[in-house]
Amino acid sequence: MSQPITSAPASGGLPTPVPTGPVRLTINGETRTLQLAPWTSLLDALREYAGLTGTKKGCDHGQCGACTVLVNGRRINSCLTLAVMHEDDDITTIEGLGTPENLSLLQQAFVDHDAFQCGYCTPGQICSAQGLLNEGRAHSEAEIKELMSGNLCRCGAYVGILDAVKEVVDKQ
Amino acid sequence: MTQTNHIGKAPNRVDGPLKVAGAAHYSGEFNVPNLAYGYVVSSPITKGKILKVYADEVRALPGVLEVFSHENVPYLAWFDKSYKDQIAPGGSPFRPLHAPDITFNQQPVALVVADTFELARYAAALLRIDYEQQAHETNLETKRTEGYAPGKGKTGFQPPPPPRGKPDKALENATHSIEAEYAHGAQHHNPMELFATTVEWRGNGQITAYDKTQGVYNVQNYLMGVFGLGKNDVRVVNQFMGGGFGSGLRPQYSVFMAVLAALELKRSVRVTLTRQQMFSIGHRPNTLQLLKMGTNPDGTLAALQHHALHETSQFEDYTENVVNWSGMLYKCENVKLGYELAKLDIYSPQDMRAPGAASGNVGLEVAMDEMAYAAGLDPLEFRLRNYAERDQNVDKPFSSKKLRECYRQAAAKFGWENRTQAPRSMRANGKLVGMGMGGGVWDASQQKSAAKALISADGKLTVRSATGENGTGTYTIMTQIAAETLGLPLKAVTFELGDTDQPEAPIQGGSWTAASVGTAVKNACDALGEKILKLAQKPADSPLMGAKYEEVEFVNGQLRLRLDHAQAVVLRDVLQASGKSQLEADSSAMPNMVKQNGYSLHSHNVAFAEVEVDEDLGTIKVTRVVSAVAAGRILNQKTARSQVLGSVVWGLGMALMEETVMDHKFGRYMNHNFAEYHIPVNADIPHIDVIFVHEDDDIVNPLGVKGIGEVGMLGVTAAIANAVFHATGKRVRDLPIMLDKLL
Repeated sequence: MSQPITSAPASGGLPTPVPTGPVRLTINGETRTLQLAPWTSLLDALREYAGLTGTKKGCDHGQCGACTVLVNGRRINSCLTLAVMHEDDDITTIEGLGTPENLSLLQQAFVDHDAFQCGYCTPGQICSAQGLLNEGRAHSEAEIKELMSGNLCRCGAYVGILDAVKEVVDKQ
Repeated sequence: MTQTNHIGKAPNRVDGPLKVAGAAHYSGEFNVPNLAYGYVVSSPITKGKILKVYADEVRALPGVLEVFSHENVPYLAWFDKSYKDQIAPGGSPFRPLHAPDITFNQQPVALVVADTFELARYAAALLRIDYEQQAHETNLETKRTEGYAPGKGKTGFQPPPPPRGKPDKALENATHSIEAEYAHGAQHHNPMELFATTVEWRGNGQITAYDKTQGVYNVQNYLMGVFGLGKNDVRVVNQFMGGGFGSGLRPQYSVFMAVLAALELKRSVRVTLTRQQMFSIGHRPNTLQLLKMGTNPDGTLAALQHHALHETSQFEDYTENVVNWSGMLYKCENVKLGYELAKLDIYSPQDMRAPGAASGNVGLEVAMDEMAYAAGLDPLEFRLRNYAERDQNVDKPFSSKKLRECYRQAAAKFGWENRTQAPRSMRANGKLVGMGMGGGVWDASQQKSAAKALISADGKLTVRSATGENGTGTYTIMTQIAAETLGLPLKAVTFELGDTDQPEAPIQGGSWTAASVGTAVKNACDALGEKILKLAQKPADSPLMGAKYEEVEFVNGQLRLRLDHAQAVVLRDVLQASGKSQLEADSSAMPNMVKQNGYSLHSHNVAFAEVEVDEDLGTIKVTRVVSAVAAGRILNQKTARSQVLGSVVWGLGMALMEETVMDHKFGRYMNHNFAEYHIPVNADIPHIDVIFVHEDDDIVNPLGVKGIGEVGMLGVTAAIANAVFHATGKRVRDLPIMLDKLL
C-alpha cells in the first residue's frame, strides 16, 4: 500500500527574500552597524555577523536559555528577538562581562565551583545569573534554583551553578 | 615540600577561564572568510521513496548557491566498507543523499546552501519534494515475538555468556521468587551544543573540518573513505565539544553534508542541525526486559534470569551490552541471560551514556528490590548477602572491587539505618517519604593511544594527543599528569587535543580516556624525561652521573636522585645548557594484556536516593542522593565529582522525565524539542553527596584509573524508582515514572 504525497507548485515562482539593511547595535559598549536581513535574530546577529560566538545556540526556540544575553541589564533569550528591534538598546554578552584574563566575580565563581563541564550552556547561565543579581530577587537557595531554571545544563552541573551563584549573591 | 604533585588534587579546570568568558570555540563558531551556510531538509515521511525534488525553483532564488539531494550528489564511494566508522554496528551504514529511499522519519533528504544562514533556512523551507509513502512499523510492542540474536555487532559488544548452572530448575525450587517486566522508551542524548560542522576550504581540494565529534580520527577516516580524500586533504578538528554523551561517537550527517557542499562548491561551508534534527541522529533504544529471580532460604540468590529486547533500524544491528552485567554484579550459580533485537523503521540507535548498562541496570536493580521485599530482607542486606567476589561471567577475580566499602560509606552518609522497611511507612512535610538504593558495574578499559611531548628551553611543556574535551576534564587531567611526570607547575604545561595533526587517540567514550590517553601522556613525558636525563648527565661533573631513569625523579622544576635529593639539577639549566631550542618525544600506550589476563576489570558504584511524593497530586521530588563510586584512583577530585554529579542528574532524568514519544501513526518522535523532551532543571536537583572510595589497582593501567563518566549514572535511576515504591507501595516498571502512573 503506497500513497503519494505531492506538493502544489507556487504560482509565479518563489517569493524573493527581503533584502538586507544596516542595523546599528550597541554591544558591550561598542556601537557598530551590521548588514542584516530583518528576520535575523539577535542571537544570529551576534554569532554570525558580529563575531561574538560566546552567546550559544542550543534550541533557537527559547527553550534552553543558552542564548541568554542582557538587554538594558535584563536577561532575555536572544533567539526569540530580532536584531532590528534593539537599535537603541544596550546589549551585554558574555564577552562584555569579563575576559579569560580578567574574569568577573561570577565567572570566577563558576570556575572555582566547577559550575560547568562542557561549557556550552555556561555563558547563558552566567548572563542569566548576572540578570538575576540585577533583579535583586534571589536570596535563598530555593529562589536561586527556581530563577535559574530557565537555563538547561545537560552535563548536570546544577549543584556547582547553585554554589557559584549563591557565593556571589551572598557577597552582594 | 613538593609543589608539583598534581594527581589526586582538585585544581580548577585549566580550560575554565575560556569557557566562562565565552572564548572557547565550538565547531559552529569558526567564522572563516567567505563562509556559506547549509540547511538540512528532513523527510516528513517514515518509509517510502522520493519521487521528485523541485530544486530548480529554489536554486533560482538570489543568494542560493546549490540544492543537494540524491538527484545530483556526485559519485561517492560505493561499498559499505567506506561508510563504516570505528564503531559502526553490523549492517549497512546510512548514506545521506544516496538514494530516493526513505527508511526513517526525519531522514535528511536535501541540503540547501546559500550565502547566509537566513537565506539557507528560508530556501530550505520552500523546497518542494514529492514522496511515495509506504506502510511503516515503529512500535516495538508489535515485534515481541520477532526478536533475533544479533551477530558480532559493533566493537565492544559482547554477546551474553552461555547459561550457567540450572537456571530454570533452580528458579522452580526457589523459596521465594519474582518475575517482572521493565520498560523504557527511546531517550535522546541532547547535548546542549547542536551538531555543527564548519568546513574551511583551503584550496586544491583540501579542507579543514571543525566538526562536533568525540573522535577526530574516526571522522577523518570516514571522510577519506566516503569522499575518496587523501589523509593530507582533510584535517578534522574539535577542541571543545558542547557535550557528547555518545552522540558524537559516530560521524553524523552534518559533517557529511558540510564536506559535500564544500568540495562541490569549492568554498567554506557551515552546516548546523536544528534541535529537532538532533532527534534524528541516534538514541538510547526503546528496551523491554524480563527479569526472573529466586532466593534460597538464607536470602542468597538461587537463580537469576534476565532477557532484553530492544529496537534497531532496518539497516544496522545496533548492539549494546544490556544483560551481561546481571551475571557479574551479584553472586549466583544459576544464571540465564538473553539478548535480542527487533528491526523497526527508525534510525539506528546509538551509544548513550552507559549504553546497555543504564538500561539493564534498571531492570536488575529494581528486580533486586522486588526480590528483597519478597524475601523479607532489607535491600542493602540482600545485596550484601549476594556480594560477588569474582566475576562469574568469566570466572576471574576482579582486579579491585571496593563496592562493599561504597555500600558502607554511602549508607552511613545517607542514614539508611533510619529507613523502615514497609512501604508507605515514612512521612514528612505532609508527604510520603521513600528511600531506595541501587548499584552498578561498568568496564574499566584502556585503548591504544599515542601522545607527543615537547619541552622548550625555558621549561614550557606542550603535550599533544588527538583526544577530546566534551566536559569530562580531559585538558585538566592530562595537564596534571604531564606536569607531575616532569615536575612542573600546571601553568608551565599546555595540553593540546582534538586535531588529526596530533598523534592518534581513540574516540572519547567508554570511560576509557583517562586510562588510555593518560597513560600515553605519561609515557610520552617519561620518554622526554629520559632524554632530559641523558642531557643532564653530559657534563663530567653531573651529580646524576650513572643514574638510571628509575633512580631519578622530576620534582619542583628539578631533576634529582630519588634516594639523595641533594643530588639535583635544575631542569631549565639542563635545557639551556644543551643549546637545543626544544626537545621532543613520542610515545604510545597499550593495555598490558599479560598483566590483565587473569582479572576482570570493572568500576562499581552505589546510589541511595530519597523522594517525597505528594499523594494527592502524584508529584515526585527527589530530596537527597548519595552516590559512592569505586573507580580506582581519582585524578582530579573536582572534575571527577562533577562527572558523578552530572551522572546523578542523568539518572534522575531517566527515572522521572526522559522519554522520546513516538506517534506510531506517523512514525515520528512528537516531542523533539527541549520544551517537551524534559531533562532536569536546576530546581529539580537536590543536595547530592559524592563519595570516592579509593582503590589501589596497578593491573588496570599504570595510572590506576578506571574512568568515571558512566559508572556514576548506574544505580541512580533504580534507587529513585525503588524509593518511589517505598514511599507509595506502587511499583512502576515502565520509565519514566510520571505522576499519571502514581494516581
